[in-house]
Amino acid sequence: MPDLGTHASFIIAAYAVTFVAVGALVIATLEDDRKQRRKLAELERLGIRRRSAKVPASPTVKSRAKPKAANTQAKRKAVTPRSGKTRS
Amino acid sequence: MISLANPSRFLSLVDRVVPWLSVVVVITLGIGLYLSLFVAPPDYQQGETVKIMFVHVPSAWLGMLGYTLIAVAALGTLIWRHPLADVAAKTAAPIGAIFTFIALVTGSLWGKPMWGTYWVWDARLTSMLILFLLYLGLIALWQAIDEPGRAGRAAAILGLVGAINIPIIKFSVDWWNTLHQPESIFRVGGPTIDPSLLIPLFVMAGGFTALFVLLHLIAMRAEILRRRVHALQRTQVEHATLAEA
Repeated sequence: MPDLGTHASFIIAAYAVTFVAVGALVIATLEDDRKQRRKLAELERLGIRRRSAKVPASPTVKSRAKPKAANTQAKRKAVTPRSGKTRS
Repeated sequence: MISLANPSRFLSLVDRVVPWLSVVVVITLGIGLYLSLFVAPPDYQQGETVKIMFVHVPSAWLGMLGYTLIAVAALGTLIWRHPLADVAAKTAAPIGAIFTFIALVTGSLWGKPMWGTYWVWDARLTSMLILFLLYLGLIALWQAIDEPGRAGRAAAILGLVGAINIPIIKFSVDWWNTLHQPESIFRVGGPTIDPSLLIPLFVMAGGFTALFVLLHLIAMRAEILRRRVHALQRTQVEHATLAEA
């Protein structure tokens, strides 16, 4: 530890305040990021996805005749909860 | 900038940048702290208290940089309607507030042994306190309005109005007779600080700035994900309501 002279307490206090404030900011930022990722993963696990989210290709859809329609249908299904109830 | 208007593309970029930037932050701050605490000599007038400068000055710069970023983002929200502008402004406010708080507290701790007082109502100190209050006002405004679009526009107006404080902080030591020392780094004629103190200061400033950018990118990612979560939760409620009907 360097010799901080007669005003050591002021120097130590300044660095301590900086470490605590920056540390709290880092922890809060990382925790919020982790929390939002967890929430999003939970919703996706329930089958609730954004319309623009990439949907894994279904092995049953092989026809190239109507790929757009099949994709749209898959996206619609993706935003429906797994309760089995669909909008009709 | 236009390609980054797509939040998904922005998230992909953040995921790639964050690990590298984290390494840069750790290395730069590690070197900066070593130079500040163990290598930098005592000042001929201020003695060892000059070490407070290495955390005080970068914090004050970043407090001002954060608000400048908010003002530019406010233009992005109001004029260009950039989809990430209000996300950038909202997430910069708490980070800028913390750095301004650090500048105020460490400045007081530096002022007591040098000036004989923790606080004086001179132009530089008062304008920095106003900056801190502006940050708190912006954070409160974001918290008070639920709808992000409306909150973003209201905060953008406050952000632009408050931006007038930035040049006041910068030039306060030239325009008024203050207890705070005049500009000694970015001035016509070059810095008045010796390189043995200037180099640790610039390394610490680089580390603090990298930390600011890193935290801002992570906070922006969290904010984009929060909005997606809210949108999906609304979808879930709509589907549940339709299913019941």
